[in-house]
Amino acid sequence: MLLALIVWVLTAIICYIFIGHYWWFPPPISQHGLDYDRQFNSTLWVTGIIFFLAQAALGWVIFRYRDRGGVARYSHGNNTLEVVWTSATAVLFIGLVLTGTRIWAAVHFAEPPADAMKIEVAAKQFAWAFRYPGADGKFGRLDIKQINDAAGNPFGIDEKDPAGKDDITSASIKVPAGKPIVLILRSRDVIHNFFVRELRLKQDTVPGMEIPFHFTADKPGIYEVACSELCGLGHHQMRSTLEVMPPADFEKWLRDQAAQK
Amino acid sequence: MSSPIGHVAHHAPQGFIRRYIFSLDHKVIGIQYYFLALFSVFLGMALSVLMRFHMVYPDAKVAFFEKLWPTGAAGGIMTPELYLSLMTMHGTIMVFFVLTTAPQSGFGNYFLPIQIGAEDMAFPVLNMLSFWTTFLALVVMVAAFFVQGGAPIAGWTAYPPLSAIGPLAGPGEGLGQSLWVISIAIFCGASLMGAINFIATTIDLRARGMSMMRLPLTCWSWFVTAILGLLGFAVLLAAGVLLLLDRMAGTSFFLPAGLMVNDRILNHSGGSPLLWQHLFWFFGHPEVYIAILPGMGVASQLLSTFCRKPIFGYRAMVYAILGIGFLGFFVWGHHMFMSGMNPYSAMAFSVLTMAIGVPSAIKTFNWIGTLWGGSIRFTTAMLFALGFVSLFVTGGISGIFLGQPALDLYFHDTYFVVGHFHMIMGVAAIFGMFGATFYWFPKMFGRMMNETLGKIHFYLTFVGVYAIFTPMHSLGIAGNPRRYPDFTNLEFMNHLMPVHTFMTWAAIITAASQIIFVVNLFWSMKKGAKAPVNPWESTTLEWTIPSPPPFDNFAGKHPVVHHGPYEYSVPGAAKDYIMQTDPPGVPAH
Repeated sequence: MLLALIVWVLTAIICYIFIGHYWWFPPPISQHGLDYDRQFNSTLWVTGIIFFLAQAALGWVIFRYRDRGGVARYSHGNNTLEVVWTSATAVLFIGLVLTGTRIWAAVHFAEPPADAMKIEVAAKQFAWAFRYPGADGKFGRLDIKQINDAAGNPFGIDEKDPAGKDDITSASIKVPAGKPIVLILRSRDVIHNFFVRELRLKQDTVPGMEIPFHFTADKPGIYEVACSELCGLGHHQMRSTLEVMPPADFEKWLRDQAAQK
Repeated sequence: MSSPIGHVAHHAPQGFIRRYIFSLDHKVIGIQYYFLALFSVFLGMALSVLMRFHMVYPDAKVAFFEKLWPTGAAGGIMTPELYLSLMTMHGTIMVFFVLTTAPQSGFGNYFLPIQIGAEDMAFPVLNMLSFWTTFLALVVMVAAFFVQGGAPIAGWTAYPPLSAIGPLAGPGEGLGQSLWVISIAIFCGASLMGAINFIATTIDLRARGMSMMRLPLTCWSWFVTAILGLLGFAVLLAAGVLLLLDRMAGTSFFLPAGLMVNDRILNHSGGSPLLWQHLFWFFGHPEVYIAILPGMGVASQLLSTFCRKPIFGYRAMVYAILGIGFLGFFVWGHHMFMSGMNPYSAMAFSVLTMAIGVPSAIKTFNWIGTLWGGSIRFTTAMLFALGFVSLFVTGGISGIFLGQPALDLYFHDTYFVVGHFHMIMGVAAIFGMFGATFYWFPKMFGRMMNETLGKIHFYLTFVGVYAIFTPMHSLGIAGNPRRYPDFTNLEFMNHLMPVHTFMTWAAIITAASQIIFVVNLFWSMKKGAKAPVNPWESTTLEWTIPSPPPFDNFAGKHPVVHHGPYEYSVPGAAKDYIMQTDPPGVPAH
């Protein structure tokens, strides 16, 4: 009896919190983010209804079928019911995956547009670095022996390669709004993860691998980048920011960086 | 199908050491496993309370911390690396030494032979060896706390390169991490011995009339869990050996070329960090079912017994257990959607992951179907079984989000995941163990547990775990990353801290209320009311023999089984239950 009440109350509180959006996503800043939220919401509704019905039913049977001196019904089950609820859940669950496929495909299968801007990302314990190709549009060659964080060369850009002379490195990432971006993710030591909540995207950076990853952010603003794969004792301090800028501001920032070199 | 070793009544050895320490009796070994798990669960829980405290009060000075960890908490302030080592050890101890050990090796050891009508496991010596090997693994694991650099910080998943490159990667990554790997390898050996024993026992030692389709669902779940253990731990053992070689012999199984750690260039080449993840999760996902299947078996047993109704859809339940066991080996990739593996493979893994949700849903529907039309007796054991169903639904449903790679693009490694697996693999499984304890305690110790204390403990724990773990889902939706010692560095975390504070205090209260359980357990062992042979009016074979059972279980007799395991409220029968060994004359299914 008491348990039925507690199950119902807990269910009501959980539904209230999720319907009320008390602790929720930040607003999305891309088309992908909007698509993501739509998929999340349809999943939330489907699972929410199952959750509510299952818990309510559990509370109901606890309340209704408590021992009141009667005799329990002798039954070994019902095959029709088994078939119905098995097929229903199969269709529902697999249907949800299939509707989400489009979103996954847009992130991982679709080629980024040809005019996308390439930015390299280098992760290390416990900092991010970002590299732009500079005016020549070409990234300079890298040489692990020339990595020098203190001297501002976290990538190890080879000083003998002329293509690297104008490369710009930055501790935070800045992108022009509305422009497709391709990140080339690398790590030099352990696994890290590039995560921006507002983009609804994350991707591991794995030593020994180069992982391309594209997005287009539309809404200017400054957003936090939080490392999301355990990388050691400074994991929680491995933070950077993504600044989405109006295109003109971004061009100016790039010029200023180039001028400083 | 009669027992090949069962032609003479066996007598218990008389010496204390052979009887209680290096015992060959499956019942003693089961109790040994149970107490090993009980020690481990309190250790693991204490670590989690310290973690929860540090997350919310990272700057608090507590003199006691410095006493425990003179370097890790110098000045009484916990360092981030100490937090990470507590986290690693919490996860490892809970997964291996609690969730794998108590439900399978503990209760399974004790009750599988009795429920199938055997007088012991198939290989008693192997059984003893597997317990003492597990014990050794625990000693080695706990020793990691006391070595130079302390316990490892790479998490229970120990992803290389972090776990493979030694002290350069951080404190705890020296000897501590090596001990961790060695302990896991020893544990794998122990689990393999146990798994072989469970499989052989189930196949060979069933009493006459105990066909597979008359097995209690507990036996089915232990049997399938043993198969999962056999296939899963074998792979983890291999992975562990490779990791140990990378750490100690300079090999490069998991380490690629071009590593530069802490400004030092390392001389490795040709390895792949993803290889570890594949091997680890090939074990790691079945491990989830190793933890939860026995709980599902216990829940089925208890729900049927205490609502006095046959289990709804026994065959469907068996097929669901088999389905979960089989599919469990094809879904490991859903832990790796963000790992950099081929994104096309995510499609296959996600469809299979959703498919495994189907047998889980079948079980839930059948549990509610079992209760429907029943006559529920609210014993403490039953409360825990009902709580298990509620937690299983809550914990399972969030898997529908995480099984979709598209949604994992945000939820991976957030508190949504932490909430999900704690609900289902952690507390649901532990509720199964609590239910099993209250149900079988009278048989194991010959005395009843205190029901009043039991119910107070149940309600505090049930509300407590919801208060701790549901808010984690909200935090995950807000983007809260996991495995962070504190959240002071992220601006977006500021408004989430009150939720963390709430969870920390909920955890402290819930942890404290576990004392009620321990008091009840030990008090009842000494002072509980004497238990009759069949206090719950259950139908399975353990309730036909004295409480506690004699050394060879059936006193040299061979039980013969005539009925299915859940014949409750059969119309026309004299009582509202028919024992499995009752003569065939009475009306039955």
